Amino acid sequence: MPPLPLSSFNVSSNFCTEENISECILYINQELSSLCFPPIFRNSDEMRDLDAVVALNNIHDLLQLHRRAVGMMEELEVEQLKSSSDLHYQHLTNSRLKDQLELSKKENMRLHERERQLETNLKTLQNCLKDAKEEVQRLQGIIASRATQYNHDIKRREREHNRVKERLNQLLIAKKENKQGMEVLNYVGRSDGRRCLWKTGKTESRHEGEMYKTLLNEFDNRQRELMVENIELKKVLQQMKREMVGVLNSKKTCQKEEKQSNNTDQSTLQTNSDDDEPLKGPPEMSCDHAREKLTNSIRQQWRKLKHHVERLDSQASMGQDGDSEEIISKQLHEEETERLKLEIQQCKEFIQTQQQLLQQQLNTPCDEETAAVLNDSYMLEEKERLKEEWRVFEEQRKNFDMERRNFTEAAIRLGHERKCFEDDRAMWLKHQFLNTTFADQMKPQSRRTDEFPKHSGHEEKLISISEERHLETI
Amino acid sequence: MSYLTKTSSDQSLRYSKRFAVYSSSSTMNFSEVFKQSNQLCKVSPDGKYLATCVQYRLVVRDFNTLQIVHLYTCLDQVMHMEWSSDSLFILCAMYKRGLVQVWSLEQPDWHCKIDEGSIGLVSSRWSPDGRHILNTTEFNLRVTVWSLCTKSVSYIKYPKACQKGLDFTADGRYMALAERRECKDYISVFVCDDWHLLRHFESETQDLAGLEWSPNGCVLAVWDNCLEYKVLLYSLDGRLLSSYSAYEWSLGIKSVAWSSSSQFLAVGSYDEKVRILNHITWKKITEFEHPATIMNTKAVVFKEVEKRPVVGSEDLSIHQLTMDNLLFSTQSKYEIKQLPAQVPVIKPDADRANPKIGISALAFSSDNRYLATKNDNMPQSLWVWDMQRLSLLAILEQTAPMRCFVWDPRRPRLALCTGNNKVYLWSPAGCVSVNVPVEGSFQVQSLFWHCSGSSLVLLSKEHICLCYVEAEEEK
Repeated sequence: MPPLPLSSFNVSSNFCTEENISECILYINQELSSLCFPPIFRNSDEMRDLDAVVALNNIHDLLQLHRRAVGMMEELEVEQLKSSSDLHYQHLTNSRLKDQLELSKKENMRLHERERQLETNLKTLQNCLKDAKEEVQRLQGIIASRATQYNHDIKRREREHNRVKERLNQLLIAKKENKQGMEVLNYVGRSDGRRCLWKTGKTESRHEGEMYKTLLNEFDNRQRELMVENIELKKVLQQMKREMVGVLNSKKTCQKEEKQSNNTDQSTLQTNSDDDEPLKGPPEMSCDHAREKLTNSIRQQWRKLKHHVERLDSQASMGQDGDSEEIISKQLHEEETERLKLEIQQCKEFIQTQQQLLQQQLNTPCDEETAAVLNDSYMLEEKERLKEEWRVFEEQRKNFDMERRNFTEAAIRLGHERKCFEDDRAMWLKHQFLNTTFADQMKPQSRRTDEFPKHSGHEEKLISISEERHLETI
Repeated sequence: MSYLTKTSSDQSLRYSKRFAVYSSSSTMNFSEVFKQSNQLCKVSPDGKYLATCVQYRLVVRDFNTLQIVHLYTCLDQVMHMEWSSDSLFILCAMYKRGLVQVWSLEQPDWHCKIDEGSIGLVSSRWSPDGRHILNTTEFNLRVTVWSLCTKSVSYIKYPKACQKGLDFTADGRYMALAERRECKDYISVFVCDDWHLLRHFESETQDLAGLEWSPNGCVLAVWDNCLEYKVLLYSLDGRLLSSYSAYEWSLGIKSVAWSSSSQFLAVGSYDEKVRILNHITWKKITEFEHPATIMNTKAVVFKEVEKRPVVGSEDLSIHQLTMDNLLFSTQSKYEIKQLPAQVPVIKPDADRANPKIGISALAFSSDNRYLATKNDNMPQSLWVWDMQRLSLLAILEQTAPMRCFVWDPRRPRLALCTGNNKVYLWSPAGCVSVNVPVEGSFQVQSLFWHCSGSSLVLLSKEHICLCYVEAEEEK
């Protein structure tokens, strides 16, 4: 608040006017009393009695107060200025220090990072040092052992050297020379009986030749062995390939899912069949191309088989969730196998019980005699039955024969009787004719007589035919 | 002089579900004990005679009857004795005197003496035709080839003194000799017919330790000494076929063996592994490790277990003690150990040269199907590998370090000894431990098979004993 200018007191204030004197008096008194000054105006019956002394004292006091207040205000202002400038200064230093703090934090982090790197470096270097130390120790050990070996060797050679020197001395000193030589009663022949040969250029070249021959034989043998082995291995590889192809094919037909790969498989199958053709040539033809083709196709097939097996494995493990109907889930598969096993077990038991029973059957005769007797009795029974049947059969045959005989006899008799009958008839007719020839004229009878032999002949023929027929049927 | 027959009293065998019991069918007879010195006892190549040296005497016996057929006397103690390939002659070498004496079986009064004189003698051997003798002089100055047929003498200079510097092919036609001139290794191939130098070539080794022909005589395997792991394969005509090195620096090859079909070359080294090279590519097809803990294999671990016989107080009569020393000799049998099994390891002394670690002995069976190996820091165990499956088949763990193991030349059967009074036999059907029933102690130091595979010759320090093994029937 700006200090009140002194000059303002010179200007008459518009606080009090002629009209509001009493109010002003009251107001002033109130103010003075609030400030603990005695009132300047005695308030008695609306009289404006100004107590000049009191008033002057009050004014003096007020002036003093004012002066004091102004002084205080000035001081406060000064202090305020100071503090604001201090504050400003503090703000400035604060921001400066904050910046510094940031910078030093960054610096700190950088230093931490560096320290960490250095530590890791230190660790690796320590490891290297350890390794190097171990290596050094190892090499030192090697050097030490080599040194002992060298020393040992040197000592040995030195001893030998000394011995040589001694012997040389001995030989120089010794007078008599001990000549070396061989005494033999008689020379013996060579072990193979042949005579010794002179050394000539021819023998030398012969030796060379023999040496090379030996080497060549060895190479030939080895090459032959390797060839045989090679052929065997090729055969095995081809068989393996064929089997793998076969297995893959059969798997593919029962699996319905590999539709995509089917085409590629077919194509590889085709290439496989192509493979076979160059290899069907002579097996010794070991051209690199054919060999490579074979090994590549084997690798391919093996990879396919491996994938297939892996897929089956994963399917077997996934199949427990019941993925699709086409895959036989593992559980079902297991159930199936359990069922089959049970069935097998039952069958086995059945077979066993049967065997037991059979054994029992065979074993119930406790000794051989009864068994033999039983066997014989069985045989007898059979024989009896057979005999019975034979007898019956024989009877039947006899009967049959008899019947046949009777039949033929009957037929013959019938024939005879018929003949007789015809004869009789013929006789009778003849008689009739003869009897009636006197009564009738000759014409119809001549006709009849013509007919009769015909008739009788015809009838005779009929009879003979029927007889033959009858006889045939019998 | 007939031999006493004693059936061995202990032939027990524990079996697993895979092996059949065979002890009841086979019987082992042992012969009488004869004297020998220097472990010099050899059977003739045709199998008919047995020659032993006793001090300066050479005793030749008929193998079947063990009767002495010839007796020869040499001029000094015999250090080396060898039959000629046709079984007609025997050479006896006396290194101290520098003498070699040759005896004939057909004509006992025939004699031959080779005197190397002041040059001295370090080794002596027959050539494969049985008519030449190769003497190596002292300090390996030269090899002298003496002929029994002609008056010719050949000299070969600068032979190398190494583990195995000289080898003949199986058919006896060629000889390979390692030489060293001017700090370089050379290999010479000679034709044994007339000792004609066929090939002479430099070897790519730093310090050749040994060479060996393949059984088919076409490939020569050459290996470096233990400071460098290197195997070189040379063809008969001197061409380098291949070179194989498993690793650098550490101690290298300790032993090498060809399989009898020449298909495989087994290389045993100081890192306790055996590497098998194949004859087609000369590359490693597999390596056999010898770990201290066995687990996860189909192999069977046989452990020899000694059982002390229980002695009752009433048995301790003087009579019993003197007559039956089997009472004090421990019986032993094999038990099958459960996997995982621990193989006993003896750590070698690190400061010594040629440390006792690594595969020091390799042997293929005669039918090529099995390989037996011995790892020096597991000296009590013998490892048997199946070459068809290229895997471990069996481990035999003995109670004492093994001294010697040999394959039967006819069938897949292995005999081994550990310096005690027992001989051990292994075959794919199982294994058995047999006491040598000899009065007094008979510590079997080494053994070898007769060429027919029907008997074993056991050698102790001063004696020999024959062991007749019947062929087992397959069960």
